[in-house]
Amino acid sequence: MPKTKNIFIIIGITIVITLFLLSSFASLISPYNPADQNLYERLQEPGLSHLLGQDSLGRDILSRIIYGSRVSLKVGFLTIFISGIIGTLIGSVAGYYGGRIDRILMQTCDIFLAFPGLLMAITLIAILGPGLDNVIFALCIMGWVSFARLVRGQILSLKNLDYIQAAVACGISDLRIILKHLLPNLMTPIIVHSTFGMAGAIVAEAGLSFLGLGIQPPETSWGMMLSEGRKFLLIAPHMTTFPGLAIMIVVLGLNLLGDGLRDKFDTKTT
Amino acid sequence: MNNYIIKRLFLTIPTVFGVVTLVFLVIHFIPGDPVEIMLGETASQTDKAKLRADLGLDLPVFTQYFRFLSNLIQGDLGTSFYFRQPAFELIMIRLPATIELSLGALAVALIISVPLGIFSAVRQYSYIDQGSLFLALFGVSMPNFWLGPLLIIVFSINLGWLPVSGRGDIFNLILPAITLGSSMAAILTRMIRSSLLDTLKEEYIKTARAKGLPEPIILFKHALRNALLPVVTILGLQFGSLLAGSIITETIFSWPGIGRLTIQAIVSRDYPLVQVCVMAIALGYVFINLLTDLVYAWIDPRIKYE
Repeated sequence: MPKTKNIFIIIGITIVITLFLLSSFASLISPYNPADQNLYERLQEPGLSHLLGQDSLGRDILSRIIYGSRVSLKVGFLTIFISGIIGTLIGSVAGYYGGRIDRILMQTCDIFLAFPGLLMAITLIAILGPGLDNVIFALCIMGWVSFARLVRGQILSLKNLDYIQAAVACGISDLRIILKHLLPNLMTPIIVHSTFGMAGAIVAEAGLSFLGLGIQPPETSWGMMLSEGRKFLLIAPHMTTFPGLAIMIVVLGLNLLGDGLRDKFDTKTT
Repeated sequence: MNNYIIKRLFLTIPTVFGVVTLVFLVIHFIPGDPVEIMLGETASQTDKAKLRADLGLDLPVFTQYFRFLSNLIQGDLGTSFYFRQPAFELIMIRLPATIELSLGALAVALIISVPLGIFSAVRQYSYIDQGSLFLALFGVSMPNFWLGPLLIIVFSINLGWLPVSGRGDIFNLILPAITLGSSMAAILTRMIRSSLLDTLKEEYIKTARAKGLPEPIILFKHALRNALLPVVTILGLQFGSLLAGSIITETIFSWPGIGRLTIQAIVSRDYPLVQVCVMAIALGYVFINLLTDLVYAWIDPRIKYE
């Protein structure tokens, strides 16, 4: 079984690198301009000229999927980066100082956790309006909580170790202890958690766009493509199949990577 | 036990209060004007001012907050602009559909995960185990807004076995329940497997084997009962998140529940209804977590109620 875990990591990394390359070189790789319409060839099935077919406006689905990867990567990366920093900061303060600060911060986390999954993001976007920046903002508002809980838990178990106590006895400042002595030891669980979090953010963005609350035209998103395809499910199922497959492969890749890393480094995530 | 239940109920009060407050804060402090979103940018200043006054948004924030709490305690959750009906009534009409869908999804998840999780643990590293691992990974990675349309293509359009959408008899429930329950099934399968594997290594299982007890009795009476304890916690958390997942599933299958009502409220910019829907789902989630804790304490007598 350990070999399987290595295979998971390899498959996961391959998928993530492919996503990165697709989004970086979208303009070079994609066979057509994703916005080019050809109403004479609308809803065409996959063929040699359009490998994954054409949508209701005759746009090339493959090109749209390639360009859509940019949105997924951007949302996934920025959401995890921002919420990771906020969550780590709050979790560090709560775990290191404990007492009343910890209670207040963790109670706040509990309140945020009372909003399941997409619900808070949907609520925020209902107020802010749809769009890429608002999607990232809404996902960050929910995303920091799991990082905060993870970091707090880890710091609680680390802060009583001898080397931390020695650092305290030497008079090293709290900030330096957190940044130089505690956080470097938390990087593995944070990276593992970020991998799963990125998968979650990509699915959440696609879900919001599917509901019409996420990315808006002329930008392209896989969730938006799925939503458009749903209207033509009876006559053009390829419009739904391929964007969905793209989401699933990327999420599967990130989950495999996260699973593999977690087992390799034997970390526990929340 | 009674003391524990009372204490746990009291502990829920701050969370409920926090949820209600957070919903209020989100609506009042996040940038963006609800009045402008409801009426559109082109609406006249007079119309905007009138709606702002109707909603009480022209009052100081503290006054608004206390009025909001006071109305809430009296059961007045406002009136939907779009449906022109009390929001509470609308929620209550749609609640049975959401509960039905959630229970259906839970049933799907348990039917798949319990046997698969047990087989995977008992036959660790076998083909069944590895197959269940891949199924679980696919289940977690497959978003329900894709699985739903795929199931419609196969079972409704190509095979014609099941209805495409709507609520009616058990056949209407099958596809939405599978869509909503699949990822939960994947998570539970892995959870049951790992929990059962841990339990099977315990000393008391070795003792049971040494006593010569038959393997099925060891598995089902001694191991599984204990292995399912942590699963109950995950089950509760996952069941709660089904409520949020139902927003997408209900939209795909035109299921007349709270999730679809939430989206209808957002699309029609029906602000009071959005607020109530969000609160209903979040409080449902809190209630299910409470129930999970109580069930957990009931089935595990080792828990100390302090």
